[in-house]
Formats: sequence, structure tokens, C-alpha cells
Amino acid sequence: MIEAIRARVAEKLKELDGVIGLRRSPEGVAPYLFHTEEELAELVLEPRYPMSSVVRLLQKRHPAARFGVVARGCDVRALVEMAKRNQVDPERLYIIGFTCTAEEAEACHCADPAPNVTGWPQAEVIGTPVAAGSPNPMVAEYAQMPRAERWAFWQQQFKKCIKCYGCRNICPVCFCESCALEDPLWVEPGVMAPPFPMYHMIKAMHMSNRCVACRQCELTCPAHIPLTVLYDLIRQDVENLMGYVPGADLEALPPVPLTLADAPIDLDVE
Amino acid sequence: MDYKNVRTTCIYCGCGCTLNVQVADGEVVGILPCPEHPISRGSLCIKGWNAAEFATHPDRLRVPLIRREGGFEEASWEEALALVAERLGAIRDDSGPDSIGFFTSAKCTNEENYLLQKLARAVIKTNNVDHCARL
Repeated sequence: MIEAIRARVAEKLKELDGVIGLRRSPEGVAPYLFHTEEELAELVLEPRYPMSSVVRLLQKRHPAARFGVVARGCDVRALVEMAKRNQVDPERLYIIGFTCTAEEAEACHCADPAPNVTGWPQAEVIGTPVAAGSPNPMVAEYAQMPRAERWAFWQQQFKKCIKCYGCRNICPVCFCESCALEDPLWVEPGVMAPPFPMYHMIKAMHMSNRCVACRQCELTCPAHIPLTVLYDLIRQDVENLMGYVPGADLEALPPVPLTLADAPIDLDVE
Repeated sequence: MDYKNVRTTCIYCGCGCTLNVQVADGEVVGILPCPEHPISRGSLCIKGWNAAEFATHPDRLRVPLIRREGGFEEASWEEALALVAERLGAIRDDSGPDSIGFFTSAKCTNEENYLLQKLARAVIKTNNVDHCARL
């Protein structure tokens, strides 16, 4: 698969201003903007990094540039939600999607391990889609708990939080310029652990219609808080109650208004 | 139009987490954690996540400062090091080597810490060496 991807990236480099992918240098693997075919021997697919966030960063720095990105299914889902919120410009992005392996899908309990590029102006997918990973057993286990036990479970988990803000920082769809979690009104500075449940509830509410289940927050959490259990359940609720699946469809509008102009309130009050 | 990550070690404490410093067009623009690193394993604390901020912070010291009557004044490295050598030498001669203590830092590399204790023991001739990570 990697050779097929390298060949396609080499082809697209002729017309793009660069392709964002993972590069294995002597230092190790990290995101990189590829410019030349010679560099592509160093293009790799692992480990996981928030590639969509790098797209956002580079598109904002270079408002006229046309980039490509080598992206997994979850990267593409994140790009979908970012595009709806004007964080990336689909017209200036070529997606070279690739399918995850069955082992990767299982490790992530991923329901959708192949990139869905429907609706993207310029995109392709390399590889054969594998079956979804098995559902996260912790979600089923949690769903069996009575309410009081659920409360105690999260209290116990969030007590471990060291307030690194890593879950927010690495989240591809968490990009507000001013963050409620940095507002002393909601989160008192210098106090550990952060207020339960307010800190995590604010994050969860903001994520409710945009979490694309990429699992980056859980992977980066130094306290090993099982954040995907929380977000899986929120995603289930949003799908069941509002029929919305974040990242699935570039055209589908999220249930929460994207701008104040869409808000169902009268903004003309004196 | 360049973007790369420069791998380095977090300088905030003695844990030694690895940072990927995101560099776009020669400018430090952010930090990513490093999933491959055996110590930090893709995690960082709040200090590591924000380590890019001080690199370009206007308050960052870029030249040595010498305290004179009017307050701190910018100086050359030669001048600053000459002053330190002169004063440490004078204090050692007047009050003995053990009147001087050396405090090293988790923000330095092992090798830099080694060099400071070497200066203390071999040049000044005192064993008064301590380190902020021991506090």
C-alpha cells in the first residue's frame, strides 16, 4: 500500500504546492510538508498524528496554496467537520485517503476505518476497506451501570485529570480562538483537579456534534481517562436523537447552529 | 512554504518528554506530542504543550544582563563571563571554596549538568552541588 501511496503523492506533487504526510527522518516520525519526489522514500503511515490540524494550520498560513494530505478515515472525518466550520477549504485540498488495517480498526474500535471522501471536490482512496472494529467493550459495560455508579465512575476517572489540556489541544475539531476552558469563570486557574463535572462537561458539550471518534484525545491523555467512552455515548445520542453523524457527510449541516445568523433567537432585540 | 517537526526534549523538568516542535517557514508555531517516545508515549503536561510560547516570547532573554547601579544592562558574553569568573575567584580566595554553592537545573541536559559539577569540584574545589530536581 505504501508504494501505491508514494506513487500517487509523487504524481500530485507535480500540480500541488506540497503534500502533508508523515515523514520518517533519523529523528523519528512526524508530520511534514513534502515537496519533492525524492523525499517520498521517507513517507510513512504510522504512528497516528492529527493530520487534519496540520492542514488547517498550513491553509491558514498560505491562503492561496493548494495542498494535498495523506489521510486516514478519521482524518477525513475531521476535515469534513472542519470544512463545515470554515477551518479548512476543500477547494484547496487534495485528499489521498488510505484505508486502515484490520488490526488498526480493532485497536481503535473504529466503526468506519475507511476514508469517506464523498462530496470532496478532489480526493481518492487507496486500499481495500476492512470491516469495522468491534465496539469498545467499556461502552457496553458502562451502559449497564445504574446512574449513581456512572456518576461515581466519571468522578473517579476525572479525578485523575492533570489539566494538561492535551485532549483539547490535540483534538482536530477543537479550534475556538477563545476557549471556555481557559475562562476563570468556568475553570479556576491553579486548582487541581479541574472542576467536576463542569470542565469535562463543557468539553463534551462542545464536542457533541463534531466529535469524529478519532481517539486522539484518549491516546494523548497522560492520566489514561477513557474519553472515548464518553464521546461514543454522546455520538450515539446525537445520532439517535438528531440523526447526525459527525464527519459522515460534507453536505449535512450539524444540528447546532454554525453561526449566530442560523440561531433560532431574535438577535434584533434592543 | 515549509513545514516540519523538530524533535527535541522538553526543558521544563527532569522527566525528559519528547516534543515535536512544529516549524512553519522557519517560525515555531506549535508543539505536538511524540507517540514513539518511550517515556512520554504521546502525552505531555500543560508545560510541554505550551513550550513553543517562550521560544518567541518578547520577554525571553537573548543576551546576558549585568546588574549595575542603574539596574540590569545588556552585556556581551565575554564581559558577563569575565565578571562571573572574577567575582567567583575573588569570593573563593577571600572566603574559601565552600562559601560557594552550585545549583544546576532539570532544564539542562545531563552533559551540561555534568559540566557544572565539574566546574564546582575541579575548578572551584567545592562539593556544594545541588539540583532543582532533588527538591
